[in-house]
Amino acid sequence: MTQITPEILTNKTPESPPNPPNWLRYFSFSTDHKVIGIQYTVTAFFFFLVAGIFAMIIRGELITPEADLVDRTVYNALFTMHGTIMLFGWMFPVLAGLANYLVPLMIGARDMAFPRLNAAAFWMVPFFGMMFILSFLVPGGPAQAGWWSYPPVSIQNPSGQWLNGEFLWLLAVALSGVSSIMGAVNIVTTIVRMRCPGMGWFKMPIFVWTVLAAQIIQLFGLPALTAGAIMLLCDLSFGTTFFDPAQGGDPVLFQHFFWFYSHPAVYVMILPVFGIFSEIFPVYARKPLFGYKVVAVSSLIIVALSAVVWVHHMFASGTPDWMRMLFMISTMLISVPTGIKVFAWVATIWGGKLRLDSAMLFALGGLINFVFSGITGIMLSSTPVDIHVNNTYFVVGHFHYVIYGAIVFGLYAAIYHWFPKMTGKMYYEGLGKLHFWLTFIGTSLNFIPMHPLGLMGMPRRVASYDPEFAFWNFIASIGAFILGMSIIPFLVNMVASWLSGPSAPDNPWRAIGLEWLVSSPPDVENFEEIPIVISEPYTYGTSEPLTENMGG
Amino acid sequence: MTNVLTQENLNHSSQVAAHEHEHDEAGNSMFGFIVFLLSESVIFLSFFAGYIIYKTTTSDWLPVGVEGLEVREPAINTVILVSSSFVIYIAERYLHKENLWGFRFFWLLTMAMGSYFLYGQAVEWQSLQFGFSSGVFGGTFYLLTGFHGLHVFTGVLLQGIMLMRSFLPGNYEKGQFGVEATSLFWHFVDVIWIVLFILIYIWQ
Repeated sequence: MTQITPEILTNKTPESPPNPPNWLRYFSFSTDHKVIGIQYTVTAFFFFLVAGIFAMIIRGELITPEADLVDRTVYNALFTMHGTIMLFGWMFPVLAGLANYLVPLMIGARDMAFPRLNAAAFWMVPFFGMMFILSFLVPGGPAQAGWWSYPPVSIQNPSGQWLNGEFLWLLAVALSGVSSIMGAVNIVTTIVRMRCPGMGWFKMPIFVWTVLAAQIIQLFGLPALTAGAIMLLCDLSFGTTFFDPAQGGDPVLFQHFFWFYSHPAVYVMILPVFGIFSEIFPVYARKPLFGYKVVAVSSLIIVALSAVVWVHHMFASGTPDWMRMLFMISTMLISVPTGIKVFAWVATIWGGKLRLDSAMLFALGGLINFVFSGITGIMLSSTPVDIHVNNTYFVVGHFHYVIYGAIVFGLYAAIYHWFPKMTGKMYYEGLGKLHFWLTFIGTSLNFIPMHPLGLMGMPRRVASYDPEFAFWNFIASIGAFILGMSIIPFLVNMVASWLSGPSAPDNPWRAIGLEWLVSSPPDVENFEEIPIVISEPYTYGTSEPLTENMGG
Repeated sequence: MTNVLTQENLNHSSQVAAHEHEHDEAGNSMFGFIVFLLSESVIFLSFFAGYIIYKTTTSDWLPVGVEGLEVREPAINTVILVSSSFVIYIAERYLHKENLWGFRFFWLLTMAMGSYFLYGQAVEWQSLQFGFSSGVFGGTFYLLTGFHGLHVFTGVLLQGIMLMRSFLPGNYEKGQFGVEATSLFWHFVDVIWIVLFILIYIWQ
């Protein structure tokens, strides 16, 4: 960050004295939602790189059938921390960052409802993120029970110390939960109570709808995980036997607590990406979003359904038949509201005048990958298929296709799309396209082979495997290394553009939305005068202005 | 002259705006606090669900030598805690009528009742023959009563802060959000206890 100093300082414009673009504010307890948004995003990206390096080591280990690169214990720690840091260090913070930056601008508010709470929630992220990383230094190493931390494996504590990796893991996850709840309370209050005049529910951009939906899931889901984590901590450190089957405990109960949150957590991650797709397709296809109201409401249907699908992770955990049937059907029902969205996006693009900038490429790639992962998702929801591929690479492949193929693609699309707004600079389109193709090829090579591997029966979380799996694993590892390389043009692009890219106009994409009516980057107060919204979003192709007082 | 008038108008309108802004902020805080309490209640619901599952599926539910739980003392405790919800309501009414000493009296009475509840809980814990690690029965019992007790303690602490703040001059100029939120939190803790009491003590 320090290299940015002179550039940002010389960039200071005399007409905005209350907003000195001083790089130091990104390291301060700033209460400006835009600063916090960027703080979240950059911090998250650091943890993305750390957990990405873990993934590189894992794929390096798996490039040959023998366990010859790292010790098996280290391998267990690496896949555990890869999953954990990716979710709690990268995915949730980066989404919180985008929501922080965009929601107040999109609803015409000057800031979030609780700016200080907002800053406090952010500053917990580097703290618990470092706890995950520093847990490598405690005796016995970090947690090794996988990101789901199932007992009784997770409560074994082989080092015998009270300060062990699993203990730190639980503490850090709990802190992440507190931070997320603080963020969720803030975002929900902001969306419900701080919308500008005229911004009725059905005038909100879809991104705001999806963020609201995602945060509602956080509010009812996270406490269940917290409850399970508290009980697991008591088992680990205070001698209780909640999840210890040898002493009357019930390890499956932990799985219920865990999945009651952690399946909906996937919707917490992908709902805002649905919002990003819904924002981007109309801009780059120059057409209104198809079926705006239905797309908006379908997010809330996903929220409702998300509360009754979690047992599909436990079809092989001694679940009775009637529950299997029930949760199989409820899981399949998820494809209805998501299908509505996919068809709405396809109909939006259909016959449009497409402009294939980096943001649009990533959105299109993400849509394609999402359809693919949706199909394998339907396969997995079916109990017989799930029993067959349970705990195999098929699940790993499906999951990474959703997480990387759809969600990370959507996040990249969002970063490219709103980069000019956030920094006031344009990025380099050529590097963006290179980044896209490397990412798309890397994703396909990395994650497609996991599906045949799973169907062949290769179990997940192993350091060595039967030589018959060698071919697909080799391809997957090559894909992973390409994926690792794909970050380089992105980082170069972002840093170089922010330092010395051409200045961005207020609305480089000719997009419709309140955030595009203010300067790039926006002033501290966002709006000189609070906008009064008079039309629905996505009125592409009509001459209707968006607001009464600011045009658009 | 016109300039002065405009200036006054501006001042007036900015005062109105500032007032509305404060009102809005208090409304936001209350809304956010209710959202938080709804979320917090899910932790208790999860513990309750876990308790019900354990109680209905565990083969050796009670630890060896334990007959069950004594209901009389906890019932008295329950009556005191539930009554304190009415007392805190009276305190709030006095504050609305701007009778500060009436508010302080009933507020302090609520604190005393909450503290007595915690004391009763501590006495009960000391008399029990099982501990936190005595199987899932001991575990769930201390987890539920302990986690709830932590909330009672937090409530009493918040009440203490609000009591001290009532002596600050001009404390209520920006509204009474702190008092209202503390009171709401107290009702929440109370309702949770009623469910907990039924689950643990009545249903044996």
